Amino acid sequence: MPKPIPVPDELSKPFWDAANEGRLVIHHCKDCDTLQHPPRPRCRDCGSENLEWKEVSGKGRISTCMVIDDGRIGRMHPDQPFNLATIILDEDPRVNMYSNIPGVPVRQAPEGAAVEVFFEEVSPTQKVPEWRLVG
Amino acid sequence: MTQPAGWWRRDKEGTGIWPHRGKVAITGWGQSPVDRRWDGVSMDKTLGAYAMYAAKMALDDAGLKPEDVDGLICCPDSMAGATGGSSAVWAPRPYFEAPYDSEDGLTIVTGGWLQKNMPGLTNLKYNPEQVPAIGEQMGMAAQAVAEGLCQVALVVYTAGNLQGRYRMGGENAGDTVSGNAQWTSVYGQAGLGYTTTGVMQEYCQKYGTTWDDVLAPVVVNEHINGLMHEWSYYTLHEPYALTIEDYKASRFVTYPMRLFDNDRPVNAVGAFIFTTAERAKDMKQKPVYVLNHTGGGGGPLRSSAPTLVEMESWVDRAARMGYEGSGLKPSDVDIFNPYDGYSPFLPISLESFQWKGAKKGDAKDFFNGDITVHGPFPHCSGGGNLGVGRTRTAMYIDGIEQLRGMAGERQVTTRAETAICAFAPGGSAAYLYLSNDITS
Ligand SMILES: [Zn+2]
Repeated sequence: MPKPIPVPDELSKPFWDAANEGRLVIHHCKDCDTLQHPPRPRCRDCGSENLEWKEVSGKGRISTCMVIDDGRIGRMHPDQPFNLATIILDEDPRVNMYSNIPGVPVRQAPEGAAVEVFFEEVSPTQKVPEWRLVG
Repeated sequence: MTQPAGWWRRDKEGTGIWPHRGKVAITGWGQSPVDRRWDGVSMDKTLGAYAMYAAKMALDDAGLKPEDVDGLICCPDSMAGATGGSSAVWAPRPYFEAPYDSEDGLTIVTGGWLQKNMPGLTNLKYNPEQVPAIGEQMGMAAQAVAEGLCQVALVVYTAGNLQGRYRMGGENAGDTVSGNAQWTSVYGQAGLGYTTTGVMQEYCQKYGTTWDDVLAPVVVNEHINGLMHEWSYYTLHEPYALTIEDYKASRFVTYPMRLFDNDRPVNAVGAFIFTTAERAKDMKQKPVYVLNHTGGGGGPLRSSAPTLVEMESWVDRAARMGYEGSGLKPSDVDIFNPYDGYSPFLPISLESFQWKGAKKGDAKDFFNGDITVHGPFPHCSGGGNLGVGRTRTAMYIDGIEQLRGMAGERQVTTRAETAICAFAPGGSAAYLYLSNDITS
């Protein structure tokens, strides 16, 4: 489905570049071993600037899933109603990301279900992480 | 005079009782008619015209003249516009004769505009810019009077709405998204309504309940209370009581969030008079004293989506700060008008503030009990934004009226000596604590 195209900035460019290569990377603090997403100039927990990008497994589960019946994003209006789920990562449940869980009919996304990442093309030059049910 | 940004904001725990507790009072309120939208042509229904209407009403209520006002606190933070309110292309527009020859006076009202155009506002010595929205604006007014920046402060809050749909303009209408939206809008998450829905879904999972079971009764109750204001949008334009069946039959906006979980955007202005407790003694109405005000709140999100744990911790903290500074305990609070601009804020605030003894997870049972204004637990007796429209004033007006004993049909039958009022979306800590008695 058409999605708005993210415009990378200095901080987020490695994330979006990795997505184009089919890899999910998350900001990692080398000082306190914390993952944080979205990326920030400093560690959310200890304030360190000693941060790196770490590839994660791309496994997670659905925390919650609502349905956008009447949303605000023009590009997505033709696809209403669609899922809007929050995915929490297996590596750290404090890290969450949004997903439309493509292929799962609305109101049928099972909360708690295992999902894995894949990458969806939103423009000829940009892919974004998406998530699908495992099994 | 210039103060540092946010000088007035009380956003820290551990600072004890507010040093100015009880030394500032609210002595007047006013509210313009509440329209669904400004039609773009009626000069008597612009935000500027309504600001003067509401200000005059508040001054009359207090028994004051415009010449008595020496502090003016306007919030020119328009809810209309591409990234704010309606997305219709209405600016630049062909303008009108002065004073309606710019957006100022039509869809926003600055302190400068009101000073220039409201007859008698000739004695202002405090007229700040960069004023926050009504939640913190009320605290700012209390602090300004307390610190002697002015003696009689007129607060004016403008809530604009024009043709078009809310927040469908700007970047939301485009092909690309940047900044924080690269983590959210790509998937269709475009604001507080969405994050609030997710938090409430977590709430239902955690406490073993369902959306409609928790929220239907409280939304219906708010509509009933809202109809008991003569000025509310629904009283004026759609005077029909909402039922549980209506709620459950209403369409979804972001399933499971329904239409009636969202407040109705309106075009209206509210005004309030703050003064010293000393001067309040000689004014027309029984003073309603400010016990405390808090602001700030929320915090950087841990991740892309706020969680229930985060939201509960923010509102818990707001409650602790407010109780600490006001000297009140939960059992002291008679009138409770928290913010309801999305209904899921209501269970969270009820439980965080422990109003009438509510604990985490109690909201469903609480809201399904007797929360009517004439019962033992008159929750949101003002009807909130859901019951009156998005004026963001009902919470304050009701607190004042209940404490004066002048709430008419809405007057609670329980004790009404203290009130908490708020415009506190998300994790905001913008709460105001009021009492009609500072002898104890
Ligand atoms: Zn760290």
